Amino acid sequence: MSSTSSAPSPIELQWVLPSRGHVGMLALIAAELAIFTIFVVAYLFYIGKSVTGPMPRDVLEVPIFATICLLSSSLTIHAAVRALRNGRVRTFGMWWFVTMVLGLIFLGETAREWHHLIFEKSLTISTNLFGTTYYSLVGLHAFHVTVGLICIAIAMILALLGKVKQEHNERAEVFSLYWHFVDVVWIVVFTVVYIIGR
Amino acid sequence: MKTGIGPGIVEGQTVVREIHHNSQRQVNKGRIRWTPILLSGYLLAARPVFGNPEDPLQMPNMFKPQSTPAHSIFDLSLFVLAICAVIFVIVFSLLAYSVIKFRRRADDDGREPPPVYGSNQIELAWTVIPALIVLVLFLATARVIHAIQQARKPPEAIDVIAIGHQFWWEFRYPAFGVVTANELHVPTSDPSHPTPTFITLLSADTDHSFWVPRLAGKTDLIPNRVNHMWIDPNETGIFVGQCAQYCGTQHAKMLLRVYVDSPDQFKQWVQQQAKPAQVSESAKEGRRIFETTACINCHSVSGTVADGRFGPDLTHLMSRDTIASGAATNNSENLRMWIHNPDAIKPGSLMPAMNLDRRDLDALTAYLETLR
Amino acid sequence: MASESIALTTAHDVPQPIGTILHDWVVTVDHKKLGILYILYALVFLVIGGIEATIMRIQLIVPHNHFVSPQVFNRMFTMHGTTMIFFVAMPILFGFGNYLIPLMIGARDMAFPRLNAWSFWLTAFGGLLLYFSFIGGNGLYGAGNAPDVGWFAYAPLTATAFSPGHSTDFWTLGLLVSGFGSIGTAVNILATIVCLRCPGMTISKMPLLVWLNLVMAGMVLLAISPLTAAQMMLSLDRFLGAHFFDTLAGGSAVMWMHFFWIFGHPEVYVLVIPAFAFASEIIPVFSRKPIFGYPVMVAATVCIGFVGFSVWAHHMFTVGMSSYANSFFTITTMVIGVPTGIKIFNWIATMWGGKIILKTPMLFCIAFLFQFLIAGLTGIMLSAAPFDWQLGNSYFVVAHFHYVIVGGILFTLFGAFYYWFPKMSGRMYNETLGKWHFWLFFIGFHLTFDFMHVPGLLGMPRRIYTYEPGRGWDIWNLICTIGVFFQIAGTLGFIGNLLWSYFNGKAAGNDPWDAWTLEWSTSSPPLEYNFAKIPVVKSRRPLWDIKHPEDPDWNYE
Repeated sequence: MSSTSSAPSPIELQWVLPSRGHVGMLALIAAELAIFTIFVVAYLFYIGKSVTGPMPRDVLEVPIFATICLLSSSLTIHAAVRALRNGRVRTFGMWWFVTMVLGLIFLGETAREWHHLIFEKSLTISTNLFGTTYYSLVGLHAFHVTVGLICIAIAMILALLGKVKQEHNERAEVFSLYWHFVDVVWIVVFTVVYIIGR
Repeated sequence: MKTGIGPGIVEGQTVVREIHHNSQRQVNKGRIRWTPILLSGYLLAARPVFGNPEDPLQMPNMFKPQSTPAHSIFDLSLFVLAICAVIFVIVFSLLAYSVIKFRRRADDDGREPPPVYGSNQIELAWTVIPALIVLVLFLATARVIHAIQQARKPPEAIDVIAIGHQFWWEFRYPAFGVVTANELHVPTSDPSHPTPTFITLLSADTDHSFWVPRLAGKTDLIPNRVNHMWIDPNETGIFVGQCAQYCGTQHAKMLLRVYVDSPDQFKQWVQQQAKPAQVSESAKEGRRIFETTACINCHSVSGTVADGRFGPDLTHLMSRDTIASGAATNNSENLRMWIHNPDAIKPGSLMPAMNLDRRDLDALTAYLETLR
Repeated sequence: MASESIALTTAHDVPQPIGTILHDWVVTVDHKKLGILYILYALVFLVIGGIEATIMRIQLIVPHNHFVSPQVFNRMFTMHGTTMIFFVAMPILFGFGNYLIPLMIGARDMAFPRLNAWSFWLTAFGGLLLYFSFIGGNGLYGAGNAPDVGWFAYAPLTATAFSPGHSTDFWTLGLLVSGFGSIGTAVNILATIVCLRCPGMTISKMPLLVWLNLVMAGMVLLAISPLTAAQMMLSLDRFLGAHFFDTLAGGSAVMWMHFFWIFGHPEVYVLVIPAFAFASEIIPVFSRKPIFGYPVMVAATVCIGFVGFSVWAHHMFTVGMSSYANSFFTITTMVIGVPTGIKIFNWIATMWGGKIILKTPMLFCIAFLFQFLIAGLTGIMLSAAPFDWQLGNSYFVVAHFHYVIVGGILFTLFGAFYYWFPKMSGRMYNETLGKWHFWLFFIGFHLTFDFMHVPGLLGMPRRIYTYEPGRGWDIWNLICTIGVFFQIAGTLGFIGNLLWSYFNGKAAGNDPWDAWTLEWSTSSPPLEYNFAKIPVVKSRRPLWDIKHPEDPDWNYE
């Protein structure tokens, strides 16, 4: 233990531990990855095992445009965080807005695809194993995108109200970890559903 | 360890004193109960029992194997138990010694004992030795796993398909055209001319598990999955087991019997089972009731219009010692009770109460009792 | 609030209106209060789970008993297992972790205090949701009520066809909700340990309790998630007609088993590792020696953490996997016995050459060593797949895992209660009553769980509401049930001791055990901010260094 002197000792001065925001978010991402892994395993296991109903190659259209939008949003959110770190709040706001729009486009495309599958191809979650695994995996991912978009929207509002300052850049960076995770998961889901599974 | 000891046995509703199987191998400490008179009386009074009437019910006991898979497991278990016992004795002695020797005494001087932070050599020793023990154990185990799971099927093997239901066992012998329930008949297997029984395990609803400890380890019956097991009992007898995977309300009473017959008895049994149902004029009324109420939705009687598959095949119902998958002895009173109010015997079973009046119930029971 | 004053205040000083006190507890984000809330919550459910077990054992005391119906019995074993794992063991271990970790690492609170509170209330709500099933579970077919599908809820028994009504949904949703709470706590524990250690406390100078909780938290993140995923899938099946486990549509019942046990096996390490942590703190102090082989203890635990994710299908040996799969899971399960055994040897080596003080916390830890040794050995037996083919799903397995959970985890938990009760309450417990508790419970535990192995060897499967007489099971079941009453007596003594001592115990002082970790440098109970000044440490036993400045630990580590 230190003596009763009030000046910090050398140990205390150089004692730097990782930021709890980053560690906490990475821990959360680890848990979420485990959940997604289980859904991916179920998807892979059930490929080709549907007893009835439409097969993937009959009904699935590869969502290239949506994917490009979502993956680009990782780049834009990275630009936003970098801008905020350098104190350029307006630039941050602009890139943040673009990220939000790209995310919304992705969700919109997913909604369009689902509408098409349900009403024109008669594929629902209860149709067959393909329907079950498809909607649950893509849906779980879309849910995570939605949660992310809600957080982005809240931050957007705060930015528009002028409440976001340079000192918040670490929080923005922690959030961006979540957004990057969502994108990485999409790469895996895309590969499993539209490439391997078709 | 003591096995099979207790005051009389109650199997089903009837109190019967049955013989504890005290073979020449084991000395039972003075609690042998023999009631051959009662036993033969029971057998005479009851419907014909296929299988040697002198054979007592063999209670479950993994340490009394009577089939090769059970033997292999038993031998392995002795080896594993021995190693574990040695480990226990050593470690427990060290623990007990340290507690006794290094207790703080009443006259302690209050000084702290010398701190020892660790020792690499000791750590190495008690890492390497357990690792070697694990290796030995694993090799012994892997051998048994492969021997049992990859046993070759000889050409003379008997094929049985076992289908698990809530809460009864369906047994089909595809080669003989025999369908029965709850009591599996197999022949003994002579090592020089093996006739093991290979059982394919399926399920009609939820998970079940086939466990007769004296004959083999358990294997599950899982819907949408085909499992396999085999037994080659070397002695005749009636081996008792039960479902070992929770399958719903009456899992506890999904009992199981394996009747190991001599090859001749088995042939006789198969021939009898393969025949269609006996037609008896005396039971015409009962048969009429059976075939015009909901019975035939669930039950089959071969040679008649009844071909339901949900419940047990009743063609040779009276050839079985028990009903309700072992929950009750197969006699007139229980049969009647089962049809009238199944919940009195097996609450939660899927047999519905048939709500017949007394006359119909008597007639129906009489008909069923002709199905030998 | 007491945070203004610098003078030492104890828990009994300033009387406040009861409303204020309750409000304070409900809105608190203080790790110590949340820790105690977790512990009290778990104790209530321990009693409830114990009642469920007692009901089962009374039903099984003689064959063909009619104490309860089969339907009630099936609900009892389902609720007993689910309650004990999710609403007793996990909360109580999270509670102790919450309380002790910040104190032991010289921090003022957990990394995310509000997340801490949210996680607790979520867990608590999950338990209440599950128990609501007793009164609220009536579905369309009148087959509602508490879940009766077993605590591992195998498919397809949980499908709507076989479990109509909502009882299974209460199981699924109650655990889903509390699962999110568990993940929240694990995130918190991990972030706290990684980010909030006081200056000088490097990773290799943390108390073993902290290290082991770090490994536990990591395992929770990766283990609870598969269960969450599987329960989402089951809910999709039951509510939206999905086919994950619908065998008629090609679904796989075995897949549920895989997902469940990928959670279920690491889960038992999640439970036992904090128990190891308690033993690792108590045994050195009561032997008056530092823990033998600290680096090896850490390495062994990390090893268990990793290997623990590779053994899950030893719960599925009877499912009909290939001989290669069965062999694989046999070897991994045997391998995990090695680091576990190493830990037992290290604890004994810690006692060796020491001056063992046989007070209540130590008695429980010595019994833990004895019982965990036996539990581990029966585990090795079961790891041999053919042996498991006979004894899996039998009372041998029930005896084995109760040996681990009661004989191992609950015993160290009792030890932990007695050890840290003075710190948490400021009072000493009654040592005589503590020893009565120990001996009564020890006798009861052994009566019940030693003899429970025998019916398993004689062919008695688990989860049966009654059994046939004459199979040789009768006498053993009778003895097992008798043991329960000794355990009840011991537990009553335990609760009585806690209550009586809280009000009447001697003042404990800061450091009644002459221990060495940072929590003993605070007042009993600690002030809300824990430390007036964040400590700086140089060794694994900072208080030893202060008490023995002529011979500090950092000369030797």
